[in-house]
Amino acid sequence: MNSFDVDILNLWYGDNHVLHDVSLGIPARRVTALIGPSGCGKSTFLKSLNRMLDLVEGVRIEGSVLFDGQDIYAPGVDVTTLRKNVGMVFQKANAFPMSIYDNIAYGPRIHGVRKRGELDELVERSLRDAALWDEVKDRLTKSALGLSGGQQQRLCIARALAVGPQVLLLDESTSALDPISTEKIEELVSRLKRDYTVVMVTHNMQQALRVSDYAAFFLLGDLVEFAPTERLFNSPGDRRTADYVSGRFG
Amino acid sequence: MESRASRRRRISGAMLHAFAFGSGAVVCLVLALIIGYIFVRGIPGITAELLTTQPSYIHDTIGVLPNILNTLYIVLVAMAVVIPLGVCAAVYLSEYATNRPLVRLISFAVETLTGIPSVVFGLVGMLFFIQMMGFSAGVLSGGLTLAVMVLPTIISNTLESLRAVPDAYREGALALGSGRWHMVRTVVLPNALDGIATGCILAVGRIVGESAALLYTAGFGIVLNGFMTALQSSSATLTVALYIYATERGELTVAFSVATILMVITMLLNLATHTVSSKLGEKEKEHE
Repeated sequence: MNSFDVDILNLWYGDNHVLHDVSLGIPARRVTALIGPSGCGKSTFLKSLNRMLDLVEGVRIEGSVLFDGQDIYAPGVDVTTLRKNVGMVFQKANAFPMSIYDNIAYGPRIHGVRKRGELDELVERSLRDAALWDEVKDRLTKSALGLSGGQQQRLCIARALAVGPQVLLLDESTSALDPISTEKIEELVSRLKRDYTVVMVTHNMQQALRVSDYAAFFLLGDLVEFAPTERLFNSPGDRRTADYVSGRFG
Repeated sequence: MESRASRRRRISGAMLHAFAFGSGAVVCLVLALIIGYIFVRGIPGITAELLTTQPSYIHDTIGVLPNILNTLYIVLVAMAVVIPLGVCAAVYLSEYATNRPLVRLISFAVETLTGIPSVVFGLVGMLFFIQMMGFSAGVLSGGLTLAVMVLPTIISNTLESLRAVPDAYREGALALGSGRWHMVRTVVLPNALDGIATGCILAVGRIVGESAALLYTAGFGIVLNGFMTALQSSSATLTVALYIYATERGELTVAFSVATILMVITMLLNLATHTVSSKLGEKEKEHE
């Protein structure tokens, strides 16, 4: 069962053709890592999955991205609902300058949850899921900006979980963090795949190897290889993949 | 032994230092003299009667309460119009407009408007609000004219503070499924509020200090009126009253007292601006 089925996706920024005929199926309730050197299109690909590229001027997209069997680029698709189902965590933690509670409740409030009790419950559950509850339960009304970088990133994950997504997109979400915070987030991701499909862009090969079940290797806008992570790293089917994962370039 | 070149450098350095110090001292002195002079001449004239009555020919007394109120009324009218208009325009330009050339054109127009002398706004205001729209000279036409005059200030200040809101907040909100307006309302505007407030205080300062544009549009009336009456009847603000008492009535003491009141208001507004913007500075530090 796939969360996403991407078929012959082509993408241009103006005249710059950044994704060439990308086709792959992203398995549900697994962690899929997108790897490749900078500028290979992996982040662009990730953002095409929840239409965050709509905000970028001059983007042209061809091909289809099916989420749960529905083309997310079809006319009439409700982007709000799509993004409710496909949450995203960015490279740099972007906690809003409001209280921890309000950060978590931000998404649910958009989607119509108003009752205090319901919100309280959601906030607690999301923070527990993001392994942050014990650290912040006594300071929910304090500003989220007082948290450490790693805590803020877990807060962003909790915030994304609070709207009840099926998929979580992580865009190099640990690259700005210290090793201990990174480890916490990796543990978290490994646990989250029981309930969620996780797609993560990472520059860290060890991380991809540690947490992902599948890996997709991008190079210069081409999807070179997509395979179970173990296989992609140990017996890659393509020379370029072998060179990259063994650290010969990148 | 000091070389000639280095001695010359030392002397020219010392001279420049002295000159810079002298310029600074002259500026401070001039300022202190003006402020001191106005206060010395103005403060004795500030009495309870001056502040709380209107001029009476029968008792031969002068009061500037009507002018204080008119100033307040004009600030109210102008700000009530310009804040929603200016903030919405800036939100549109910063958050919605996708047509780059149009945005540049509007930004250019806004900058140009900032530089136009207020007396020109007065002329246009008189022609438009009084002759074309048929309003009387009064708080309404004056306030609307000044609203147009300070519109660029509000727009450019708001625009600047909206652009200072990190894009990461916008992305974060949109990625949670927020619509554009919801994002603006819950994440962008609250974070730009201090900057917008600073712009508004600056605008109030310009309105309080404005006289030229009001000569044509608000009139010279120095009678005590309620707000609704004042809207459509000739109403002199403090600045216009200053002009009247100084040039037409020859009441220099009153003129200086009005000047003192205006200076105190200006100082208070400056203080408010500083308070708000230093609060802003603190918050920016917090974000780092």
